Amino acid sequence: MKNFVDMYEVSLRYGEDGDGTLALQNATMRVDSGEFVAVVGPSGCGKSTLMKVITGLWPPTKGGVIVGGKEVDRPLSITGMAFQNPTLLPWRTTLDNVMLPLEIVQPHAPKFRRERAAYETKARDLLALVGLKGFEDKFPWQLSGGMQQRASICRALIHDPSLLMLDEPFGALDMFTREELWLAMQDLWLARRPTVILVTHDLREAVFLADRIFVMSARPGRMIAERTVELPRPRALSMTYEPYSVALVQELRDHISAAREAA
Amino acid sequence: MSEIVVPASTPRVRRRKLSRNKVFRRVLPWLVVAAIFFIWEALVVGLRIEPFVLPSPSAIFAAGWQWHAPIFENAWQTFITTAIGFAFAIVIGLFFGIAIGSSSLIYDGFYPALVGFNTIPKVAVVPILIIWFGVGSIPAIITAFLLSFFPILVNVATGIATVEPELQDVLRALGASKWQTIRKVGLPRAMPYFFASLKVAITVAFVGSIIAETVGSNKGIGNLMLIASSRFEVPLAFACLLVTGAMGIAMYAIAGAIESRVTGWATRGNGGAP
Repeated sequence: MKNFVDMYEVSLRYGEDGDGTLALQNATMRVDSGEFVAVVGPSGCGKSTLMKVITGLWPPTKGGVIVGGKEVDRPLSITGMAFQNPTLLPWRTTLDNVMLPLEIVQPHAPKFRRERAAYETKARDLLALVGLKGFEDKFPWQLSGGMQQRASICRALIHDPSLLMLDEPFGALDMFTREELWLAMQDLWLARRPTVILVTHDLREAVFLADRIFVMSARPGRMIAERTVELPRPRALSMTYEPYSVALVQELRDHISAAREAA
Repeated sequence: MSEIVVPASTPRVRRRKLSRNKVFRRVLPWLVVAAIFFIWEALVVGLRIEPFVLPSPSAIFAAGWQWHAPIFENAWQTFITTAIGFAFAIVIGLFFGIAIGSSSLIYDGFYPALVGFNTIPKVAVVPILIIWFGVGSIPAIITAFLLSFFPILVNVATGIATVEPELQDVLRALGASKWQTIRKVGLPRAMPYFFASLKVAITVAFVGSIIAETVGSNKGIGNLMLIASSRFEVPLAFACLLVTGAMGIAMYAIAGAIESRVTGWATRGNGGAP
């Protein structure tokens, strides 16, 4: 579907009486369904605010968001979200953590108890896809940081959301773990093709994962550039060191430093 | 990627230190109590302290044995009173804890009044309760409840109110209702706080019922203590104190045992996997 996510001229000011921080100003972004999009920008540019506006957690002050042909006026219930902090529940096993959305989201919640076995198979398959086979019954604190983050991404994907929002999900990991997870993320995306919006400050990550990259200005944030990444899929890590990618990273970096100076 | 953190449980070949010995750890509290009694006895005998000032442990145990029937009867009365007050405290503390923890509106509205209420010394309330309900078990039950519900409420509210904002976003973005968020995340998360508060609450519940029994009741271990000291039966008064302490420890241990079963995940560092 063309323009599955259509965010038009969104401004957002925090606070009720109009004197709070202006986080977004005339931010416009369109994403087709099944597309993988990355948003990069200087720190504090309102990337996380953007996520909240698109998922309907925060209403915009001006402008609006249309997702799947419908104006967003309440939290979307078709979204999966993952953050820098894995936020797994420590009293649940990995498997139970991943199945949490199924206990809440429609249409799975009413039949969850009856069809638990089928859902469990589904969750196990998903965990196996990210290399967590054999860790289903471990508790989060028995997993390494990278494994927790994999589980967190599985939790965001288990209910087959049509929109996956990732807010710097690899930001707290070391470089090697991060690259491993890029590959896992690409595999997941190729296997299921959700629409993904990834917020990141890692430009190599954006180039490796995304079909398209938006660059945001410093606060108040808006889109100042848009680049299509023309690398074939599935991509290999080495591609991020090819001249094409290096030049692209360089170009994005120039945009961001220009944006920071303008601020 | 596959390094998992498992609590070390490899058998040790080298000689164990005393502090690692499990049997020793088990026995240690009893040794401490025995040592206290021993030193106490030695001081009383050595310094020739009069029994009506400070009776020796042997005199206390003798008095306890001599009066075991009234002690048991009154201790049972106190135990039941405390248990009923404590049960009410759990139900009402949980209910208001959930309400206050999950809504900032209810929090803002009720919390100052609750804090004000909690600062009132409960001893001062007992005479009023006696005017209202007469001498007997009811003032004691209410005092036990009044002292013990506040720690439960505050802890449950804290556990529920401190759910990570990201996690709330994850759940809201799934279309979770407020009640679903509380049930799936808030309540399990508040359980360690809840059980920690139970251990505090049970001890202050005993304090509450004994205060009320001392001020105005015709039954209970507090009343027995009052009678004993007015008749200068100091060893008996001390025997009552020991029995009260033992009941408090027993209830504390029960709360602790339930806690480690239900919320083992929160204390994983000390005991291994739940």
